[in-house]
Amino acid sequence: MEGLERIVLSHPFFAGLEAELGQLVSGCARNLRFDLGTYLFHEGDAANEFYLIRHGTVALEIMPPGQPAIVFATEREGNIVGTSWLVPPYRWRFDARAAELTRAIGIDARCLRDKCEADHHLGYEMMKRFLPVIVQRLDEARLQLLDVYGQHGT
Amino acid sequence: MAEVELPVGGKAALSHQGLQALIEALVARGYRVLGPTVRDRAIIYDEIATIDDLPAGWTDRQDAGTYRLERRADKALFGYAVGPQSWKRFLHPPVEQLWQARREGNGFAITGPEKIASKFAFLGVRACELHAIAIQDRVFTQGPYHDTSYQQRRQDNFIVAVNCGEAGGTCFCVSMNAGPKADTGFDLALTELLDGDRHSFLVEVGSVLGGEALAALPHRPATPDESAAADAVVAHTARRMGRQLDTNGIKELLQDNPDHARWDDVAARCLTCANCTMVCPTCFCTTVEDHTDLAGQTAERVRRWDSCFTLDFSYIHGGSVRKENRSRYRQWMTHKLASWIDQFGTSGCVGCGRCITWCPVGIDITVEAAAIRASARGSREAEHGGT
Amino acid sequence: MTPTVVADPFVPAPYRVAQVRRETRDVATLELCPTAGERPAFQPGQFNMLYAFGVGEVAISMSGDPARMGSYVHTVRNVGAVSGVIAALREGAILGLRGPFGTAWPSQTAEGCDVVIVAGGLGLAPLRPAIYHVLARRERYGRIVILYGTRSPADILYHREIERWRRRLDVDISVTVDHADPSWHGNVGVVTKLIARSGFDPNSTIAMICGPEVMMRFTAMALNEAGVSSDRVYLSMERNMKCAIGLCGHCQFGPSFICKDGPVMRYDRIAEILAVREI
Repeated sequence: MEGLERIVLSHPFFAGLEAELGQLVSGCARNLRFDLGTYLFHEGDAANEFYLIRHGTVALEIMPPGQPAIVFATEREGNIVGTSWLVPPYRWRFDARAAELTRAIGIDARCLRDKCEADHHLGYEMMKRFLPVIVQRLDEARLQLLDVYGQHGT
Repeated sequence: MAEVELPVGGKAALSHQGLQALIEALVARGYRVLGPTVRDRAIIYDEIATIDDLPAGWTDRQDAGTYRLERRADKALFGYAVGPQSWKRFLHPPVEQLWQARREGNGFAITGPEKIASKFAFLGVRACELHAIAIQDRVFTQGPYHDTSYQQRRQDNFIVAVNCGEAGGTCFCVSMNAGPKADTGFDLALTELLDGDRHSFLVEVGSVLGGEALAALPHRPATPDESAAADAVVAHTARRMGRQLDTNGIKELLQDNPDHARWDDVAARCLTCANCTMVCPTCFCTTVEDHTDLAGQTAERVRRWDSCFTLDFSYIHGGSVRKENRSRYRQWMTHKLASWIDQFGTSGCVGCGRCITWCPVGIDITVEAAAIRASARGSREAEHGGT
Repeated sequence: MTPTVVADPFVPAPYRVAQVRRETRDVATLELCPTAGERPAFQPGQFNMLYAFGVGEVAISMSGDPARMGSYVHTVRNVGAVSGVIAALREGAILGLRGPFGTAWPSQTAEGCDVVIVAGGLGLAPLRPAIYHVLARRERYGRIVILYGTRSPADILYHREIERWRRRLDVDISVTVDHADPSWHGNVGVVTKLIARSGFDPNSTIAMICGPEVMMRFTAMALNEAGVSSDRVYLSMERNMKCAIGLCGHCQFGPSFICKDGPVMRYDRIAEILAVREI
């Protein structure tokens, strides 16, 4: 487990996390590998895990009926994939596919939620890290929504 | 009758005959002489042949959205302020062909604009108008690119200025340091002197060309009394300005307050009719139109006056940048009183009051400026944050 | 900036369309040669007024290599009457051209610095001359980072060129699209997302941004957040262009005339005004 703890703490997402809390988080962690084309999760699945990307690229996509999937974001090493596990009903709202061979740390959602409930200091440290990511993605999503490069983009 | 040429700054006295002789001499030298005349119940500028064409005995009553001609008790030739037109309609014509093109084989050949035939002599140019001409000189001949036709017209331009004996109801040249005394930019400057039965003109020489012209006219040296009387006329006018505008820090005031509530206030009144830009002696915006005949064989490019008040003015693909009345009025006023200083080193406004007089709803630039000044914040602070 | 000498700035000179390449469904790149004499020299960032006989003129930035003296290259998108005609011209057609006008990208100021070029959509076209210029003098610059965002993979401009730049070992180029189908194996997301993983020294960087105004605004802010000060960031602004020589008043943007104080403008000088609605 010690190797995993080192990997977790060295991921940019957990930069600055106290060693004790790092231990707690690692207790919920496992090492994962996704081959090109495999799915990390599908829309509608229970959001049981979130992922720290160590190497590779994950494409987030939505599948409209009768059309090819639309990829709306790609996340690369250093970033995280998955925030739906934070909020009930804990279900994924899109698909996540490995766009190339991807290595990630999977962190068990229920395990971490329980530990955060028991230790609010841990909980707050997690919130401080998740919130900026969510806000940034909201900003980016809004900018994509503007379709600035469209026919009448200005 | 003196034959010796007066130097620049020299003063003489001219009678009505002398003035008539001046007009004739200018015509004889090939000038199109343009001056004030009454037409359609306004004093406009057009070709004049004799002093009888001048608006003798007329004055104007001006206020926001109001212009009326009234009879004077005397027969002053220049006893009015300014009418709806300015000299820019001659120097910077409302419509002008830039060039013509003709299809040739797979391409086309361009022929330049027709040469300008006439040279202009302006009679009755007010101090504010002299400043306005100087301002347009800066725009058209002192930037990185010159308007060559404007330059040509100005080169051959003979100017007889007139010092104002009447301050118009909407005048504020004093606030803008643009009058009422004509101090530069003229060949000759007249001050009309009326004293009981005596009616004459003090003439000041403003250039070598002016001195030459005067030398050929019946005139005599001005007496010290006449000189003093002329100064008094101007001083009297300066004290009777219809409006005033505080120009202290006006650039920062307007540029720092693009979100002032007053812009919404004026927008509710402004019709974006563009009258103000048409009558303003310094507004210079133009558009170009490309025309072609039905067969597509010949084309021409024509330049015509345009106004930042039109919706099209700021159009880029996708729409106009300034859609709201508010933004367009703000653009005009901020440009005139503030941005112009960044662009050309002086204010764009000469205080002639035309925009106030000819606004159909009586919007008054001096009132708007004062209102913004009265309740402006020190700097543009955000009123509230947001995500 | 003193303007390059132009024959007669009011009158278009005839230029022949030597080559046309369709880039995407509504974008074409035209190579234009003068029918007589030499084409005037230009600096990256400048623009010409292109005249379609009897129809009108439109301002289009140069998008070719300034060192290739025989012709101008212009990438034109069909967004109106005039650009529609020009984008549909065939080889051999003649159009009119006035220029060059405007200010240039700060290639000289950037010497000795890292260079970050961020292009959005058609914004890559006015930046391409700067890219050529910088790559031709590679030793004068530090790290060179090119970030290009566009709508979808089908809208990617200058594909072959981008691949060529990518093959160089001394340039860091990343492309992203707003959305794609799974056959796209590249980045998906806004172009500013690429900034975080680009290696450049924010204290010694000159950034050049071109694209839709909204994209330029959010990119400039993202560069600020990455530590690049506003006086090291340059944008290429656009407004209604008629005379292109500072005499008609149309292109005013606050106190600036885009035709002579721009189109390339330093961000610190315009940041406040950019935030004002309908200025």
